[in-house]
Amino acid sequence: MTTPVANTSASIGAVEVQEIAGDDDVVRVRQLVRAQAVAATRLSLVDQTKLVTAASELARNTLLHGGGGRAEVQIVTNGRRKGVRIVFTDSGPGIPDLDLAFTDGYTTKGGLGLGLSGARRLMDEFDLQTAPGQGTTVTAVKWER
Amino acid sequence: MDRIPVLTLADVLLVSIQVDLEDQLALRLQDDLAERIVATGARGVIIDITALDIVDSFVGRTLATIASVSKVLDAETIVVGMRPAVAITLVELGLQLPGVRTALNIELGLAMLAASRFVESRAGDVADAAPASS
Amino acid sequence: MDAKVAQRLAEVLTARREAILQGWMSTVRETLRGRLSDAELRRQIDEIYVALVATLESGATTVSASSASDLTGVLADLTRSRAQHGFSATETAISVFALKEPVREVIGEDTAALSDHAAFSGFIDQLGLYTFETYVAARDALINEQAEQLLELSTPVVKLWEGIVAVPLVGTLDSARSQVVMERLLQALVDSGSPFAILDITGVPAIDTQVAQHIMKTIVAAQLMGAQCVISGIRPQIAQTIVSLGIEFGEIVTKANLADALQYALRQQDVEIVRRNGRSAV
Repeated sequence: MTTPVANTSASIGAVEVQEIAGDDDVVRVRQLVRAQAVAATRLSLVDQTKLVTAASELARNTLLHGGGGRAEVQIVTNGRRKGVRIVFTDSGPGIPDLDLAFTDGYTTKGGLGLGLSGARRLMDEFDLQTAPGQGTTVTAVKWER
Repeated sequence: MDRIPVLTLADVLLVSIQVDLEDQLALRLQDDLAERIVATGARGVIIDITALDIVDSFVGRTLATIASVSKVLDAETIVVGMRPAVAITLVELGLQLPGVRTALNIELGLAMLAASRFVESRAGDVADAAPASS
Repeated sequence: MDAKVAQRLAEVLTARREAILQGWMSTVRETLRGRLSDAELRRQIDEIYVALVATLESGATTVSASSASDLTGVLADLTRSRAQHGFSATETAISVFALKEPVREVIGEDTAALSDHAAFSGFIDQLGLYTFETYVAARDALINEQAEQLLELSTPVVKLWEGIVAVPLVGTLDSARSQVVMERLLQALVDSGSPFAILDITGVPAIDTQVAQHIMKTIVAAQLMGAQCVISGIRPQIAQTIVSLGIEFGEIVTKANLADALQYALRQQDVEIVRRNGRSAV
């Protein structure tokens, strides 16, 4: 269901935070993630696009499904390469059925609802922590090649 | 209030999306296009996304919705200018754009519209020429 | 090495500058064996010397101290230049290590100063290692640059007809290369405004699952962009690999060779080529 985020990655640089309460915050998350990727890593254009798109999906999920929350962006390293770690937390209803959540097309809000499974495909590491009534935390990392 | 400008080129509407499409802006665009199609009798809509470096599922849904609404109003929608990095990401994301035709640029998009109009009118000719009982 | 030792060394280096520089120069000149002019070499070691003295005067005790940044900057420049000109890592680092001996000679039999020299020696070791690291990084960068250039050269995009481009691939396709090639192909579609691309792999001896997947994703991506991609020149071995790996090519059009692919493309574009005697050639 999830690819555990390696504990061997060390964080470098500050954690940048963006609260997610409205649509324009989703835009801000995108801009924040892109700025970090460009400034501190050598991620290729395609990888940057995948990273920012995944962040956009996850941010939107946090807003629409989680009732709002926050995004944290941080540069990480495994000693040889750098990466961007994004963490999305909300204190919403949580996700009761993970299998369903990761199925393409799952949605309770209408539309295509590809948020989670799509975002997972775009990222190198992906972890989801959730429990009904206890909110959701998604952690994902995109590494330089 | 922000609006995305819609240009008219003969019987084609041309929209160039230069900014991030958030909820309100997307809804307004959908409304504006539907109104303009009816008001101008446009037969085609070209949406230029050359300036978009990110297309997520929301933008994808918006484009698909525009295409569906336009089709009901007898206009065809063509999305042009998708960037390679965006296309590669969409494939990875598994996102499809149902009902949305695409072309590399505006010129090719216009040619596509003209060609399908031609096919449509020829089909009409054939239908007209056929005897009533068949 | 503490700040006081550093400053004492700075004094020694300033007082006995000429003697030290002579000794240093002659050792380094020997190792470089005439591949660098004396004047240029002298200029280089002068620059290092000045920066070194300044760093020691400021009381810096390690290479990573902020007051050592000028010195490391000068060394980095020197190292990169040596790396580019084909000097080996040892030849470059020796230029730094060679400073130990002349300084030791100048200190002579002064036992108090000898312990200073031990500290100095340690500092020089750090500088030498820094030089080594910088050298390796510089060579890596050079290799990457050349690899990119090679990739550019081996992925030509050829315009076959109005609206039809061909990308003939030659050589082994690994996962990394195929990704780059595919990105170039998609970009070529945009740049040339060609809605039709032919990916010819006649010159590719074998592919694995990953490469096949990259190719397929690229073709789907091209379709999303509004272009069509056809594969030509699939060798028998590759065809067998594809089938045995269970890869479904689905709706992707494949043609035996570039000529067939061109014919197909022209037909798709409603282009008809007619011989002078009136009979169709395509």
